Amino acid sequence: MEIKILGSGCSRCRELEKRTREALEKAGFHASVTKVDQMQDIARYHVMATPALVVDEVVETKGRIPSVEEVIQILIRHFA
Amino acid sequence: MNKRLIILLVLLPVWIVVYYNLQTVTNWLVDEVLNLTSGSPFTEAFRFFIYELPKVLLLLVLIIFFVGIIRSYFSPERTRLMLGGKRQITGNILASGLGIVTPFCSCSAIPLFLGFVESGVPLGVTFSFLIAAPMINEVAVVLLFGLFGWKTAVVYVVTGLMIAITAGWVIGKLKPEKQVQDWVFELQSGNAETNNVLLTLFDRIQYGVDSVKEVVGKIWIYVAIGIAVGAGVHGYVPQDFMVSLMGKSAWYSVPLSILVGIPLYSNAAGIVPIVSVLIEKGASLGTSLAFMMSVIGLSLPEVIILKKVLKRPLIFTFVGVVAAGIMAVGFIFNFLF
Repeated sequence: MEIKILGSGCSRCRELEKRTREALEKAGFHASVTKVDQMQDIARYHVMATPALVVDEVVETKGRIPSVEEVIQILIRHFA
Repeated sequence: MNKRLIILLVLLPVWIVVYYNLQTVTNWLVDEVLNLTSGSPFTEAFRFFIYELPKVLLLLVLIIFFVGIIRSYFSPERTRLMLGGKRQITGNILASGLGIVTPFCSCSAIPLFLGFVESGVPLGVTFSFLIAAPMINEVAVVLLFGLFGWKTAVVYVVTGLMIAITAGWVIGKLKPEKQVQDWVFELQSGNAETNNVLLTLFDRIQYGVDSVKEVVGKIWIYVAIGIAVGAGVHGYVPQDFMVSLMGKSAWYSVPLSILVGIPLYSNAAGIVPIVSVLIEKGASLGTSLAFMMSVIGLSLPEVIILKKVLKRPLIFTFVGVVAAGIMAVGFIFNFLF
């Protein structure tokens, strides 16, 4: 599983990354978490509001910070 | 699930009772319980602080909750769809209005700009959106309503909209396309999938609760500092102190306030409480409005962010046109009131 956090390094993006790592740990999944902070790369995902959570190249959330529980639900869906 | 809804429904009457009795409780606490000397600078500063802070926080919680629910019906994608192919004027008006309700954070100004350009929204229309979105935000409006009254809040929103519409229109007339960084038009869009979730009413209420937690969690400290400084000024600074500096007879105070306001990067949360007290000490409404608009709507970090997509002349045009609009508002209000 490959997870990407899209955003230009603002505090909200760091919060999303923190929650994603927390969700991975709680759910016991292993995945690589990469930060995508170049605008050209972010634009490729058609994302107009950051931070965005991309799991296996699918944009799952954008413009908001989902709760740890919600991230776990998203991860489970991809893991199944 | 339903339990949370019931909690919210119980909280609403509690909110009303607390909000409408705040003044009485504060006075009772200051005059009866603590028995402070009424009229002394310390007492009045203290009274100001312990009355205004809970009042403003209560208003913020309530309004941001409802704005959160409204915002859940809008997304940048939807706004872009509504603006695509719109002509000048109509597009500028629509974009400025949508700028108020569409969820926006200045950190995502670039992805939003790229998305608009990609789908053919005219640049002038895009600028109307980018001016209105940060300037007319719910935090500023709530604080203006709480500390200045509803009339000033309405004046701020209406004049802010007018600046966004006119400035976007003017920039659109100046043929700004050549002044956009070249890479913007060469962007190759990928084919990433997006998982769109349909929101239920409960999700929207949750969205409202989340925005209260996120926004109030982040700004309460600035509100507290702003009101504390305001309280100090309220109690200790003599009446009419600001007349010569920010009064309406000092015409140069309008452009000066704007110049000072641009690099002053404060969110509305910190600046509005301080300005509300400056007015009490003799600053004029026009100058104060201009100062707040400049601080909130024109910020240096945002200009730096925009440099990634705009060439230098367009940056200057953008700042110049918006500053001119703010200046006009300042002068008109100083003249009228």
